[in-house]
Amino acid sequence: MKNKDNIRFSRRNFIKTSALASGGLLIGFNFLTACKESAQPPVDISKLNFNDFNAFIKIADNGYVTIFSPNPEIGQGVKTSMPMIIAEELDVPWEHVSVQQGVLDTENYQRQVAGGSQSIRFGWDALRQTGATAKQMLVNAAAAKWGVDTTSCTASNGVIKNNSGETLGYGDVVNEAALMEVPENVTLKSPKDYKIIGKDAINVDMDAIITGKPLFGLDYTAEGMKYVSVARPPAFGQKINSYDATEAKTVKGVNDVIQFGDKIAVLASSTWAAMKGKKALKIDWANDGDLESSSDHNNELNKILDSNKLDVRREDGNVEKAFAEADKIIERTYESPFLPHNCMEPMNFYANVTDSKVHLVGPIQTPAGTARRIANLIDRNEEDIHLEMTRMGGGFGRRLYGDFALEAAEISNITKRPVKVIFSREDDMAAGIYRPAIKYRIKASIKDGEITGYHLKEAAINSNMYGLIPNFFPAGAIANYKVETGNYQSNITTGAWRAPYTNFLAFAEQSFFDQLAEELKMDPIQLRLDLLSNVEDGKDPSIEYSAKRMTDTIKLVADKSHWGKNNNDTYQGFAAYYSHNTHVAEVVDISIKNGIPMVEKVTVAVDCGIVVNPTGAKNQIEGGVIDGIGHAMYGDFSFENGKPQDVNFNTYRLIKMKETPIVETYFVENELSPTGLGEPGLPPAGGALANAIKAATGQVLTKQPFIKELNKRKTDLSV
Amino acid sequence: MATFNLKVNGIKKTVDVDNDTPLLWVLRDELNLVGTKYGCGIAQCGACTVHVDGVAVRSCSIPASSLSDTEITTIEGLSKNKLHPVQEAWKELDVPQCGYCQAGQIMTATSFLKQNPNPNNEAIRNAMHGNICRCASYNRIEKAVALAAKKMS
Repeated sequence: MKNKDNIRFSRRNFIKTSALASGGLLIGFNFLTACKESAQPPVDISKLNFNDFNAFIKIADNGYVTIFSPNPEIGQGVKTSMPMIIAEELDVPWEHVSVQQGVLDTENYQRQVAGGSQSIRFGWDALRQTGATAKQMLVNAAAAKWGVDTTSCTASNGVIKNNSGETLGYGDVVNEAALMEVPENVTLKSPKDYKIIGKDAINVDMDAIITGKPLFGLDYTAEGMKYVSVARPPAFGQKINSYDATEAKTVKGVNDVIQFGDKIAVLASSTWAAMKGKKALKIDWANDGDLESSSDHNNELNKILDSNKLDVRREDGNVEKAFAEADKIIERTYESPFLPHNCMEPMNFYANVTDSKVHLVGPIQTPAGTARRIANLIDRNEEDIHLEMTRMGGGFGRRLYGDFALEAAEISNITKRPVKVIFSREDDMAAGIYRPAIKYRIKASIKDGEITGYHLKEAAINSNMYGLIPNFFPAGAIANYKVETGNYQSNITTGAWRAPYTNFLAFAEQSFFDQLAEELKMDPIQLRLDLLSNVEDGKDPSIEYSAKRMTDTIKLVADKSHWGKNNNDTYQGFAAYYSHNTHVAEVVDISIKNGIPMVEKVTVAVDCGIVVNPTGAKNQIEGGVIDGIGHAMYGDFSFENGKPQDVNFNTYRLIKMKETPIVETYFVENELSPTGLGEPGLPPAGGALANAIKAATGQVLTKQPFIKELNKRKTDLSV
Repeated sequence: MATFNLKVNGIKKTVDVDNDTPLLWVLRDELNLVGTKYGCGIAQCGACTVHVDGVAVRSCSIPASSLSDTEITTIEGLSKNKLHPVQEAWKELDVPQCGYCQAGQIMTATSFLKQNPNPNNEAIRNAMHGNICRCASYNRIEKAVALAAKKMS
């Protein structure tokens, strides 16, 4: 690091290199932004830090490549797919590449956030540039060694060749390459030459996962660590009046009981002792605000929908005029409950606050922001915070919020002990940051067989659809279009949940379009295609989706699902939705068995640009679709006087194997830049299912979960 | 506290915990075998599945003190030195997403295949119905169990 001569800078300034003291080339790079002027990769591999660079590549003198990335992995597969992109352009055999999780030392992270299906989209250019730059440096070094022009050399599969047929391995020239200038302009491969991108690569953590190696936050232990169970107010709107820990302290293994804020922490020598100690606490909770119930929310959301004072989020043409001139007006209201995330690994975090530093370890989607909040909370400098990310047993948005890490830091700060806070399943479900309950009212006008106006109102708990969602389909496809939103402020905590807002908005709109198709006596797919034909891509730059790409995606799913050609025992429903920069169309096939809809198959067409890792991409779509079906069908969560009505899987129903459809995924083939897949498979699933149930039974479903609606109607669905 | 002996993955262990301590927490906190996962604590999700005398059980709901004369197998002891055919099938079909529930899934599948070496799809779906995968990797789990059966036949 001290040896200036070993450091070369690129003027482009997001790739910097060093010659490792132990031999080999180290490349530090940033996905999104320029490195700081002063940033230098170390010459000692044990001194990697991720303040200045968000990933490193080491090319050893045996040609093997190690990628060090602290990017959090929550199951979305980026720990496999991002290195694939580097390996492709570097042109090394995939078997020679390994990936190691790095440590976040402090903040300065530009986009070390797993969320919004954006990792691949943002990483695509930088990852390719970095791989190609490293390859060019190796070629330049080989050419210099041979005394030939670099343009006469080629590199492939980790081997450089010249015109005379001589070869050198990457490892043979890596030390020379480390001393060379970083080239400014490198040529990227044409997609038709890809050898790694587009081929299946299994999850890089596979062996560790299937043999039970410690990977997750819950698996982390440290010398002297105490396991902590925390008692939190059982209802939103409550605080602690008083508590008695006498009995809890007699539980064997319990070391300490402390109050912090309106919570009580039980520290013990094992998880079980901590949980038992917590159960033995006698706490008098007092009311400290409104104790809200789901029936209150229902009324409040209805008031919002009925009011005329909402925030206008997009307005094209004049919907009022369109409604005044309409032949017919169709209106429907859709509603969905709160939803907990229910990551299989409950929230947990390790903290050890000492005078010299603050050591934090655990599963978190927002390491930098959480480190900063902890520094503020316990009044420490951010430089003292040392945060290590573990693999995450699911996220779905819940681990964007660092509440559990803050608890751990606060408890460690008070007790001066290394602690790990572990939520029980009951804690996890009852102290959630939930998908808010939402209602949509959609109204459309029909005139001379055309849809002339479309008005959508959103009423949600705490906050509304974000930024660009009002510019999604059917914005641009209907001349008179208006989106308005309003919210009710509740003391129940809410936040992002896989495909925020669109996870339910897509159901509402896509069900509504089927209703419009019925009114217009049109095939539902044809109606969407006709509406999309009204949109000229690029004409209105505010429109988020591509009409052409959506049209192609819909045509692919219609073909692959044999739309309209299904046999007599199955019924089909269609939905298409653009979100998170990816276009998805789905057809659900159901049958009715013993009066209950059985989801047999979901055919999915996806345009996510270039598919980096097909097996990983399909895994995301399969998971997202089944997740969407499961929550639309069964996801039910409500509050009574501030208290969640379900706290474990004995009453809260998640989809399981026997209710699971077969998911068939097809990708639209193109050479466009890749977009993410963690979220966009989910939104269309609920709508396609509702439309299939309508096709089979005539039952129109406007409320989730569907199973509750169907049971309430006590309808015999046998057909 | 009570001291008792357990045989885990073929090795005798002595532990000193309360009689009501579930096997799950003995494995994780006392024996440092953290491959067995906590998911719900009430035998509803299957993440904690281990074998007792070859049969899949929910370790969160069995006191370790009741298992003195049994053979306990966890994911760490499923196969020595190489992957079990069920693990091979999991790998071949790239089953996991987040991976948290997969040890429990694999333990359920291996026990099931011992009892029913040639299952049809319906039997597989029934057998795996008790294990929740929040990432919903169910399609691949179903295929992997079928593939493992083929590998073992």
